[in-house]
Amino acid sequence: MSCDMTHSVLHGYLDGELDAARAAEFERHLLSCPQCVAELEAQETLRSTIQRAGLRERAPEKVRRNLHAAIGGTASSTTEPAKTVTPIRPRTSMRPTWWLTLAAAAVFAIVLGTRFLPNLTQGRGGDEMATAIVDAHLRSLQPGHLEDVISTDQHTVKPWFDGRLDFAPPVHDFVADGFPLQGGRLDIVRGKTVAVLVYGRRKHIINVFIWPTSEQDSSPQQGSQLGYNWVDWRKGGMELVAISDVSAPDLVELQKLIAK
Amino acid sequence: MSPGVEGSELDVLDIQERARFEQLVLPHVDAAFNLARWVLRGRNDAEDVAQEALLRAYRFFRGFNGADARAWLLQIVRNACYSWLEKNRPMDLSTEFDEQHYPQSSVTPESLAIAGDDKDRLTRALETLPPRFREVLVLRELEGCSYKEIASITSMPIGSVMSALSRARQRLQQSLTQAVAPKNLEAQREL
Repeated sequence: MSCDMTHSVLHGYLDGELDAARAAEFERHLLSCPQCVAELEAQETLRSTIQRAGLRERAPEKVRRNLHAAIGGTASSTTEPAKTVTPIRPRTSMRPTWWLTLAAAAVFAIVLGTRFLPNLTQGRGGDEMATAIVDAHLRSLQPGHLEDVISTDQHTVKPWFDGRLDFAPPVHDFVADGFPLQGGRLDIVRGKTVAVLVYGRRKHIINVFIWPTSEQDSSPQQGSQLGYNWVDWRKGGMELVAISDVSAPDLVELQKLIAK
Repeated sequence: MSPGVEGSELDVLDIQERARFEQLVLPHVDAAFNLARWVLRGRNDAEDVAQEALLRAYRFFRGFNGADARAWLLQIVRNACYSWLEKNRPMDLSTEFDEQHYPQSSVTPESLAIAGDDKDRLTRALETLPPRFREVLVLRELEGCSYKEIASITSMPIGSVMSALSRARQRLQQSLTQAVAPKNLEAQREL
């Protein structure tokens, strides 16, 4: 016995590609269709396993070098090819010197006095910011990139951020509510250092990006890009963005817990 | 865009255009390589084809309207991959998926979780899919493309993207369960 919806609409729902009315209709259908519930669960697991397996392969450096050589790069692009190729350098290892670089970058960002990132939900800068956050989220799903401090204990994660940041992100574990804290890390988004808290939701990962803002508190704004849902809000001089492949209602639930 | 036309040598874009190319297209070199790697099922061939596609993108950059550079580049890469397959491995394109042989799976999340720990097993399972299923999975799951972007990259109507993904995922589940339980298959053969 199988349900027609498992072959079509379910995948649109999984990918966040249904409009609000069709998504609501499918959610109503889920209440009365165990096949679809089981299939949705299986598909979410399949997606998580694919993303955690780190199947995406990077181009060999040779490809970029050859391209630069062929198009006769400008003076700047021949001497500093990486500058134009990868605006945000993904981390490749956890060597101790990495922290020195990061610390230097953080100090540099503060000295520049431009540590405020554009608002996620406003204008063109917002679109670019959303793209940068989605990129950072995708990057974090590569093996070994998720957490710098792995702990389910908020009293371990919170002090870890002290001294690494000039603001104190709110660190709480919500395991009782189905959002266990898994750890934290520092990330670089558009050249700025941000704090990231990692929460689990069933087998999914939710990244919460946090950085200082000078703007007033704002109510949560939802959005999605490339199939990833995000919720963005500002509170107490910080902007927070929760992003994940979990459903938008799940994200809003976590947002409410954090903002409490 | 007319990627079929071969220029005798690279057009020299002016400095501003080249800077624009570097800014818009170069961030997607990894995406270009990754798509080629999965459609062609190998890094060496992918390197050659992606390289050629990037040069082609540079050559035809003036024809790019500026909307979505990644989708534009991946469309060129995909075309290059299919041309390469037609020429070098036409068998890859003729393996049409016969769904009669793959009834709906009854995969449990647990068995998938076990299979997913094994990157090699996932890789093999993906590589058994026909290229047209493999590409939608790669675009969706590894590159995070929207249905609209996948439609534009693959020249598929947007409505077909959802059903292609649905069938591709079911087929992938099938391959994974077969990989998980090879002993059962052995036992069946012996009977």
